[in-house]
Amino acid sequence: MSYHFNFAPILAQWPLLLSGIGLGLLLALVSIAIGSLLGLVVAFATRAPSRWLASLAFAWISVLRNLPILVIVLFLFFGMPQLGLSLDKISSFIVALSLYTSAYMAEVFRAGLLSVPPGLIEAGQAIGLTRSRIQRDIVLPIMFRNALPAFGNNFVSLFKDTSLAATIAVPELTYYARKINSETFRVIEVWLVASLLYIVCCYAITLILRALEKRLVLEAN
Amino acid sequence: MQWDYFLNQVISHRDALLQGTAITIGVSLSAIVAGTLLGIAIGVAVTYGIKPLRWPARVYIDIIRGTPVLVLVLATFYISSAVGLDLGAFQAGVLALTLFCASHVGEILRGALQALPRGQIEAGRAIGLTFAGIFRHILFPQALRYALPTWITAAVEMVKASTLLSVIGVAELLLTTQQIISNNFLNMQFYLLAGLIYFLIDFAIEQVGRYVGRRLDRPARRTT
Repeated sequence: MSYHFNFAPILAQWPLLLSGIGLGLLLALVSIAIGSLLGLVVAFATRAPSRWLASLAFAWISVLRNLPILVIVLFLFFGMPQLGLSLDKISSFIVALSLYTSAYMAEVFRAGLLSVPPGLIEAGQAIGLTRSRIQRDIVLPIMFRNALPAFGNNFVSLFKDTSLAATIAVPELTYYARKINSETFRVIEVWLVASLLYIVCCYAITLILRALEKRLVLEAN
Repeated sequence: MQWDYFLNQVISHRDALLQGTAITIGVSLSAIVAGTLLGIAIGVAVTYGIKPLRWPARVYIDIIRGTPVLVLVLATFYISSAVGLDLGAFQAGVLALTLFCASHVGEILRGALQALPRGQIEAGRAIGLTFAGIFRHILFPQALRYALPTWITAAVEMVKASTLLSVIGVAELLLTTQQIISNNFLNMQFYLLAGLIYFLIDFAIEQVGRYVGRRLDRPARRTT
């Protein structure tokens, strides 16, 4: 089969592709920030003395992890207006992504909390630190450091999940790829370029996070 | 809220919902089975393969894992028809999910195999086993135990990813739900129902995984 590749019509649209990546990164950044805060609260709630609160936190994690993200996105965007809660598509998508990732971040932080050696907490008690100082000065720093690699992985998946915003017409990379696909019919080229851009971005994010991780661990030691 | 109306609508669309659920399960199951088989080959190639096998396997894993599943689904669907491969939406979707699943299983298996002590391969060689024998009797059973929890997570991911096939027009549970909604506009209720069904499927997979994991762990505890 002889196929003549022609990337020119796709590369001519580079401002669109670039803005698509930019929006995707922005969506991922905002969602991971909100999702991490929420996840931190849920992680601490799983260890709450109140059994009721702890079960609620575990249910939160289990339900959100076992729901397809696309269902959450569509439910929030099309379903919530029925309850009188209409958000524009970008905010609605950010809420969906933040809720989804909060469950994963809660798992990450929970594992981080479990990995704090009990001896360190006892040591803190022995030198007379208050409960809140033990949490702030011993538990949280160790938890964050242990959670860093998993945090990075979650951020990369989150960036890939921003492609789903295309289904509610948020103009990120996949949205533009579909648009260029139907306008130019350079089908193979457009999807190759889109995939390549995602791969390069994911790789770059991984490298940046790894460098950050190294520096943080070095500083901590 | 019109809950009576909703229940009526569920009952009158029960056949469509059941069929959509069946297609979701069928798509996921095919992709998990085919993807796991392909993924085992890729995982072995990337861990033990000679260079000309190892590099393509590594590149495959990195490329597929760096691409969003939705892009994989759309790319497979559009490219397969552009190159004259006459796959329907269903086959193209299953193919995309299979490729996706294989990259995950490959990476999971690599992690598990690399966690095994190298000495075991040498021990196998010393008692005269071929590599195939070593893999089948020594490495794979142990790797399976390590890899099972993450493999279960991957299986759940596959069911979740099957929703993306709605975008290319496969009438799985989500597209069926959307079609029903376009008749009665019960957005919230029907998306909740779909969410509930997905949750039940995924929760069931997790529970089966936990059960199997406990069964696999038992003999290990007895011997140590």
